[in-house]
Amino acid sequence: MYDIAIIGAGVTGCAIARELSRYQAGICVIEREEDVCCGTSKANSAIIHAGFDAKPGTLKAKLNVEGNAMMDTLSKDLDIPFVRNGSLVVCTDEQDASELERLLEQGKENGVKDLRILDREALHTMEPNLDDHVTSALYAPTGGIVCPFHMTIAFAENAVANGVEFFLNTAVTSITSLEDGYLISTDKQDITAKTVINAAGVYADVFHNMVSSKKLHITARKGEYQLLDKSAGTHVSHTIFQLPGKMGKGVLVTPTVHGNLLVGPTAEDTDNKEGINTTREGLASLSEKASHSVKNLPMRQVITSFAGLRAHEDNGDFIIGEAADAPGFFDAAGIESPGLSSAPAIGVMMARLVQDKMHLTEKENFIATRKGILRPEALSLEERNELIKKQPAYGNIICRCEMISEGEILDAIHRPLGARSLDAIKRRTRAGMGRCQAGFCSPRTMEILAREVPMEMTDISKCGGSSQFVYGYNKEIQEEMP
Amino acid sequence: MKSYDLVIVGGGPAGLAAAVSAKENGINDILILERDKELGGILNQCIHNGFGLHTFKEELTGPEYASRFIEKVLSLGISYKLNTMVMDISHEKKVTAMNRKDGMFEIQAKAIILAMGCRERSRGALNIPGYRPAGIYSAGTAQRLVNMEGYMPGREVVILGSGDIGLIMARRMTLEGAKVKVVAELMPYSGGLKRNIVQCLNDFDIPLKLSHTVIDIEGKERVTGVTIAEVGTDGKPIPGTEEYYSCDTLLLSCGLIPENELSRSAGVTLNPVTSGPVVNDSLETSISGVFACGNVLHVHDLVDYVSEEAGIAGANAAHYILSGNTADACNTNSQHSDASVSECSQPSVEIIPTGGVRYTVPKYIRPEAMADKVTVRFRVGQIYKNCGIATYFGDERISFRKRPVMAPGEMESVVLTREQLTNCPDLEQITICIEEA
Amino acid sequence: MEKRELTCIGCPLGCSITVTMENAEILDVTGNTCKRGDAYARKEVTHPTRIVTSTVRVSGGTIPMVSCKTKEDIPKEKIFAIINALCGITVPAPVSIGDILVQDVAGTGVDIVATKNVPAKL
Repeated sequence: MYDIAIIGAGVTGCAIARELSRYQAGICVIEREEDVCCGTSKANSAIIHAGFDAKPGTLKAKLNVEGNAMMDTLSKDLDIPFVRNGSLVVCTDEQDASELERLLEQGKENGVKDLRILDREALHTMEPNLDDHVTSALYAPTGGIVCPFHMTIAFAENAVANGVEFFLNTAVTSITSLEDGYLISTDKQDITAKTVINAAGVYADVFHNMVSSKKLHITARKGEYQLLDKSAGTHVSHTIFQLPGKMGKGVLVTPTVHGNLLVGPTAEDTDNKEGINTTREGLASLSEKASHSVKNLPMRQVITSFAGLRAHEDNGDFIIGEAADAPGFFDAAGIESPGLSSAPAIGVMMARLVQDKMHLTEKENFIATRKGILRPEALSLEERNELIKKQPAYGNIICRCEMISEGEILDAIHRPLGARSLDAIKRRTRAGMGRCQAGFCSPRTMEILAREVPMEMTDISKCGGSSQFVYGYNKEIQEEMP
Repeated sequence: MKSYDLVIVGGGPAGLAAAVSAKENGINDILILERDKELGGILNQCIHNGFGLHTFKEELTGPEYASRFIEKVLSLGISYKLNTMVMDISHEKKVTAMNRKDGMFEIQAKAIILAMGCRERSRGALNIPGYRPAGIYSAGTAQRLVNMEGYMPGREVVILGSGDIGLIMARRMTLEGAKVKVVAELMPYSGGLKRNIVQCLNDFDIPLKLSHTVIDIEGKERVTGVTIAEVGTDGKPIPGTEEYYSCDTLLLSCGLIPENELSRSAGVTLNPVTSGPVVNDSLETSISGVFACGNVLHVHDLVDYVSEEAGIAGANAAHYILSGNTADACNTNSQHSDASVSECSQPSVEIIPTGGVRYTVPKYIRPEAMADKVTVRFRVGQIYKNCGIATYFGDERISFRKRPVMAPGEMESVVLTREQLTNCPDLEQITICIEEA
Repeated sequence: MEKRELTCIGCPLGCSITVTMENAEILDVTGNTCKRGDAYARKEVTHPTRIVTSTVRVSGGTIPMVSCKTKEDIPKEKIFAIINALCGITVPAPVSIGDILVQDVAGTGVDIVATKNVPAKL
């Protein structure tokens, strides 16, 4: 029996796993997908919010500000790409500027530092591509951008280094309470644990409701995004939010930590918890909405679009804690925006709640740091050649758009929780994430994966399950030939 | 740092022909840098026939066509490096490249020929809504998997876009046992060659739906189906025309984009219409001594024209190197002045594309320095019937050539002679346009 | 009298050709711009032919597949028979362009020849 089983290997589950791995306990994470970071954690704004958005007194407000403050240390310890690029909430001449003052006050009350309101002149020097109708903005220097994949993977890898087990490709089918814990049935094996932590994103209500009569209800709220080529990556340098108004909540325009430009999200409730499809209307609305804050957006430079599902709970706040009528069953539910920003603090909070209950002993040999995949582009010419001499794979470029070498892909495959699909390699190395969207590198990456794991080419998939790329050899599927 | 007289970036049809030509024009110190494991470029995966009618007066397959040039490169003793990625080209013609054996290395070149080819437009760039499952391939990626690696990427196929690679793949997948259900084309005309419609679609009763596009992709893990709809003249889907096709594969053949990341970082001026460098009649870019040819310059319809163009680039690069005189070359400082070839110290005449002509290659002609004959190639923006190509020197129409049918999928050309230009000493601009016959 | 409209596949020009026929007899061919077009049209309305290109597996070579074609054009209705005849064939490396991989494929009297050089793997 495990001491603790965590359901869901998104950023929340992985952050919790990493915090709990400080203690002497048997911990596992159960994830239905073939990799960590496959749900909401992979499809969001990739923002570390400053924390002025949520109402004072809510968990969202508290954990966002705390999580944000943790990012400087965390990004160094766990080697997570993170930049405090600062954010702006812009107000146009048609909007009520007093709303900015309200946000400023709210932010101060939440404990956000260095907030201030900037006028048109200051803004246009900072961001020359702001729309001409922008008159003022709330500036939050503590706002940041992060790689959500690396953040989740970093938590997960560090948790593994500290003894946490991951059951991937394992879907929870039911949870029943036992005398001293819970029986978690899955499509693979049964798992028992004294404590269960529910970090299942849009499915958190389903699992909670299996053990508790105090029902939760989570709505999947779809957000669609468009990602622009790196050639558009400097169109703005801060994260540009819109002041909510007549036009609705608005969309953001932000550089990403890897140098692309991201536009989104839409907000559309859906009853399909698997509905991560983009829509014609959704995508079309993005450029129109974004044009209210940023001018001349080069939307012809779009390289991909995607959609994510926010896990919106009816009460609107995060639900973090032990279920009232299910002792030992803890929820981290309703984790929608600012969930990514809050994840580090959710991890700490959940670990404390569990610790209060279980009285675990802290490890003496906890490993607090983790190294990410080596990026040769950060090396000098001499260092790089030294590396290639030792490991020639670093001299072999596989992804021409992002200039990712075979060495980086090998690292992604062979490290803890190693990549077993093309999407998993992509999230770890960026191979296939550039402007040609894997057209060039996918056959090459498939070959490497087949050789290294090793696995059959016909088993190599985009993202596990039945997402294989090829069906067999030529001239083998010809039974139905005319 | 190593140095070479001429570095050619890319060992596909353009790079090979350029190398042969440069060698035959007196340059011995040539290096071809190729990122793949063999020379020949995209031709290696184009196993169908139809290449070389112009060049060799016989119909060859892609690999056969490539081998003719590879044999020449080998017999001429031209050096090349395979599995080598060019990482950067500087304005001063320093080439940074990398491979497993040599690591990252720099080469100083006297002249450079850009021959990097092009890439395919991806699903993301097309803004097709829906899920993002496996089973969506650009036609060229599927072609590589089937023809080079020997794997079948699907059983039931829908193809979006009627570019030549898409048409060729419709036949190829059919012959390998897949069922190609339909080819949908957004435009009211095909983007591919007519012969390919006949022998790749009609021969196998594969329907081609013009003015249709994919408006939805289904399937969370692998494609399970796509929805196709007719589009109106505004390019938007017409409600009520939706048709669902169950399939496991969607191939995209929706256009090619010259691959000019290296050119851009070197500071080469690009033409927004072609996405390729702006060049003069010698195929020299805005950087003196940097030439371009093949699909990196503009997307060609036939490899024969690529070879011809590359031969010209190779010869001109050779002359540039042998003249040893870069004094009269075009604005070496273009990176800073944002200038294009027009500001060349040698007088040049600009060619203005208009009236249906989308662009011209070259864009500038130097009457004093040009060859006796220069072929100006271009594409038209729509289908023209019973029209012709008119060339104006200033306001005067100096030529008109009737063309019964012109289509965007096929390149057109006009030949200008040195004699014509030197007879008009005050010529300021040349206009090429489509006019009714 | 019957008129048949064809698109010539002889070269990229893709000329629109009209063949005028009476019963099985060709009376006239118009629209072609070269002799190849005339020949194509006459063949296409009587016994259409095609070049078939494909690949077969190579063993011991530097690459796994070698491309190939019918040395001459074959009757169009034989296309699938030829492809079926190529199933399961593996040829040993080295292979040179022009090497005969299959003789008299599917009883057409035409050979399948390699269109690519595949050296043996060292």
